[in-house]
Amino acid sequence: MHDSSVAVHGETHNPALLHHFATEEQQRDASSLGMWIFLGTEVMFFGGLFCAYLIYRLKYFGDFGAASKSIDATLGATNTAVLICSSLTVVLAIWAAQTARRALLISMLVLTMLFGLAFLGIKGVEYNQKFEEHHVPGASFSFDHVPIPGHPDQYANPRHAEIFFALYFIMTGLHALHMIVGLGIFTWLLVMAWKGRFTPEYHTPLEIGGLYWHFVDIIWIYLFPLLYLIDRHP
Amino acid sequence: MAGNVDALFIFLLIVSGMMTLLVFSAVVYFAARYRYRRGVPAEQIEGSIPLELTWSIIPLGVFMVIFAWGAVVYFKGRTPPRDSTEVYVVAKQWMWKLEHAEGQREINELHVPVNRDVKLIMTSQDVIHSFFVPDFRMKQDVVPGRYTVAWFRATKPGTYHLFCTQYCGTQHSSMIGSIIVMEPAQYEAWMSGGSPGPLSASGEKIFAELGCATCHRADAQGSGPSLQGIFGRPVLLADGRTVTADENYIRESILDPGSKVVSGFKPVMPTFQGLVSEEQLNALVAYVKSLSPGAEAATKTSAMAAPQSGPQARGNQVQ
Amino acid sequence: MSMATTTVQPVERENYLNKHYGVGSWLFTTDHKRIALLYLISITFFFFIGGFFALLIRLELLTPAGDLVQADTYNKLFTMHGQVMIFFFLIPSIPAVLGNFLVPMMVGAKDLAFPRINLLSWYLYIIAGIMMLHCMLTGGVDTGWTFYTPFSTAFSNTKVIEAGLAIFVSGFSSILTGLNFVVTIHRMRAPGMTWSRLPLFIWAHYATSIIQILGTPVIAITLVLVVAERALHLGIFDPKLGGDPLLFQHLFWFYSHPAVYIMILPSMGVVTEIIACFSRKRIFGYTFVALSSIAIAVFGFLVWAHHMFVAGISVYAALVFSLLSYAVAVPSAVKVFNWTATLYKGSIHYDAPMLYAFGFLGLFTMGGLTGLFLSALGVDVHVHDTYFVIAHFHYIMVGGALMGYLGGMHFWWPKISGKLYPEGWARLAALIVFIGFNLTFFPQFILGYLGMPRRYYQYPPEFQVLNVLSTAGATVLAVGYLLPMIYFLWSMRYGKPAPDNPWNAAGLEWKTSSPPPTFNFDEEPVVTWEAYNYDELDAQTNKEEVPVAR
Repeated sequence: MHDSSVAVHGETHNPALLHHFATEEQQRDASSLGMWIFLGTEVMFFGGLFCAYLIYRLKYFGDFGAASKSIDATLGATNTAVLICSSLTVVLAIWAAQTARRALLISMLVLTMLFGLAFLGIKGVEYNQKFEEHHVPGASFSFDHVPIPGHPDQYANPRHAEIFFALYFIMTGLHALHMIVGLGIFTWLLVMAWKGRFTPEYHTPLEIGGLYWHFVDIIWIYLFPLLYLIDRHP
Repeated sequence: MAGNVDALFIFLLIVSGMMTLLVFSAVVYFAARYRYRRGVPAEQIEGSIPLELTWSIIPLGVFMVIFAWGAVVYFKGRTPPRDSTEVYVVAKQWMWKLEHAEGQREINELHVPVNRDVKLIMTSQDVIHSFFVPDFRMKQDVVPGRYTVAWFRATKPGTYHLFCTQYCGTQHSSMIGSIIVMEPAQYEAWMSGGSPGPLSASGEKIFAELGCATCHRADAQGSGPSLQGIFGRPVLLADGRTVTADENYIRESILDPGSKVVSGFKPVMPTFQGLVSEEQLNALVAYVKSLSPGAEAATKTSAMAAPQSGPQARGNQVQ
Repeated sequence: MSMATTTVQPVERENYLNKHYGVGSWLFTTDHKRIALLYLISITFFFFIGGFFALLIRLELLTPAGDLVQADTYNKLFTMHGQVMIFFFLIPSIPAVLGNFLVPMMVGAKDLAFPRINLLSWYLYIIAGIMMLHCMLTGGVDTGWTFYTPFSTAFSNTKVIEAGLAIFVSGFSSILTGLNFVVTIHRMRAPGMTWSRLPLFIWAHYATSIIQILGTPVIAITLVLVVAERALHLGIFDPKLGGDPLLFQHLFWFYSHPAVYIMILPSMGVVTEIIACFSRKRIFGYTFVALSSIAIAVFGFLVWAHHMFVAGISVYAALVFSLLSYAVAVPSAVKVFNWTATLYKGSIHYDAPMLYAFGFLGLFTMGGLTGLFLSALGVDVHVHDTYFVIAHFHYIMVGGALMGYLGGMHFWWPKISGKLYPEGWARLAALIVFIGFNLTFFPQFILGYLGMPRRYYQYPPEFQVLNVLSTAGATVLAVGYLLPMIYFLWSMRYGKPAPDNPWNAAGLEWKTSSPPPTFNFDEEPVVTWEAYNYDELDAQTNKEEVPVAR
């Protein structure tokens, strides 16, 4: 963990090395571990929601199935593809930094952000659909006479469906919030890349920003089937 | 039952007392005996694995004994004996409403005969409360949206505190009352002081008024299953599950009929959520129970059967 | 580096306190030691607010009738006492003050891994504190610190949303502190500082940080759900709308049980350091004490529903959680035995930090043993939601955690401030705290067994005598807490300057000046000795140096 025994300030080292770290390697390791731990907290954060969702899903299977059927799986699937592509562009951006390809780096970062914006746009379309169908929980919520998938003679209980939608909006809303934060992070990364701050030796912010982005992607990979794909009957 | 709790409590006191004494005396003795003295250095001792194992395993053993004892007492406390007298309790901010199966209604007071098993079937109209009778060593949270059950058997006549012990708002500390335990003769006298009739009879009236009889016919010709003899027995549902027809099942079937449709029937029953009060629900439950003679129906003369391990009213809960 | 001379320097050496002056240098600092002091001031402030609420509660309870404050006011008092003490005092206390100050120094680093995030964590705490203060001043909240639904979501008329959001923000402060510690301990240990040479204070904080990282997000999302439900009239926890009130309890206690280990583990770490130093020997069973901290953290996540034995969970679930609760008791017992064994054949000094450690040993043992009562299903049915529970957790949190905190403040005060506190007054304060504490809380065990419920502002007259005893104790306790406030402040101006290592204690933090320089060490330390090398330390100085404080 140490090469030179004494860390004297002013020796030739990367200006990005913070003074309390002994070596760049230590700084990189620490930053990476820090981000992984932070992502662990995010898993627990979303975990509570997943837990609540799973419990009600089991309890109100049919009602949740009816509610799930009413959200647009095509839009959801498109968003899934969009996010997976954005994760690819993130990986390419990091590779570009590792191989000193500045132009590619910048274009991949921009592309990632465009995918992110596309995701949010599609989400906005979905939310609008729900708003118009009066599926937003609250005073104007209505979910009458919607058959339960597989039981055409039985209608879903609107109150239980409202729980589905409450969880749907909270889960996807929280995810979208994380997406927006991610866009903010990538804006900053873009600025740094533009200024030429990233080199094959130092591109730690890209790596940990990428970790965050991948995580937001993975949350969506779980959200999508759980929310959109349950009990899909033809 | 209370005696069992106290016995365990005393055992815990003894164990804790001994442990406290042990630690305190060791600390005091060592602190005095090994007080700093010039020229007498401390002796560096790494540790001792045998000692560590000893003082891990022995306490664990003692803990397991306590656990098992506690579990047995708890299990008994959560298993009301068959043939208990039933009392329906509705808690609301900030009072206790109680209704005997025979029909007597009480507010904040419960009269019971001595030496009788009494089973409380409880729900709340609003927030979570908790039915606590310290002298009986008995407590059970009362939760809105479902029934919870508790039981006791008073062995001495007298008046005992009833407290609400789950914080429920402004007048939480005033939500108190009494359990009045009477000799059998006195209790009979109190009971005959007039009542609106047995709870199951009011339930029968409501059953007719709300039109339940149209579909739930005794001859099983209606679009709903007959309710004769179903209470306390397993029910096969349309989705293949089997559940026990207990108080919570009856209640859920009235408020959310789509959730557990009986096998062989269509899901056509309308919901009565918002159309029946908690008291009416209690009456309906009592009525359905009365259609199953022998299965936990309330009886005035108690046959003191030993508690059996049959299906118990625990209902559906999130665990 | 050998012990510094005790001659007072005429000119003050440069240290972290005098390196820069001005409000800006404090509010924008990234020095972990300054941030620790910022936290010290903030949590002390909230401690006195929470303590003030406690005093009002105890005053009301002097008489059976509710005659001091109205019912609604009383309900707000106990709610806010709990919230302030738990989220704004106990959970930050040792980690944010002593942990922040000492963790980098104890591992031999210049600072924590993420100094700016450290500052951010303090700002989040302050923002949360301001939100909480605002909530309290504009009406308060009356749900109990446990926020049970549906009362909190659909019935309470108070500022539930604001309080919930304040606690949500404070949770992030806690998470960031934990994150910082874990990365620092993993990645920034000095050369030669292996895991088995780490002070047990570090092990304790490591375990605490795991809980902070994994548990706090769950209360965060629970609060989000409560706030959303209340604001938008959702039905996640409301049975009238198809929700389940018990789901809230599970989610809430999944964090709030491990939270109590956040509050006690650091204190155990402090006590370990103090006992080793004032017995002049290494801790008995180092490995077992270290691993027991981790065991407590892990098992602590598995026992949450022992708060719900009468809530309506199934008998089988109750059995499982009772069993696991006994499992988590074992590592704590192991620690108590190891501390006691450390005293054996030691060379024991009775300075104030050690008095607090003795107090901790006794009170934590008693509090922990009463946990056995509560884990026993049959007994819990009787004493749940009564004053027995209140006595139990105050024994641990006040008799345990707070005494550890005070002991630690005294032990490290010379290092932090460069001054010595007055030893005579400190010993007196320790005694007053111990007596006042027992007088306040022991009667409450009896009250609980006799059946007095929690959160009652009026009660049957037969409970009065014990309540009066308890209130009398509370006033004594209050004096015991005011004294250190006064003499610590006094010592900053008039106290004797402290040498580098007044206690001749082991640990890297004592190898630097008191107060330390901004970057902690003039040269990066290289560790070649085992932890708690008191035999070497005593041999070096050629006399088991009696601490200089007298």
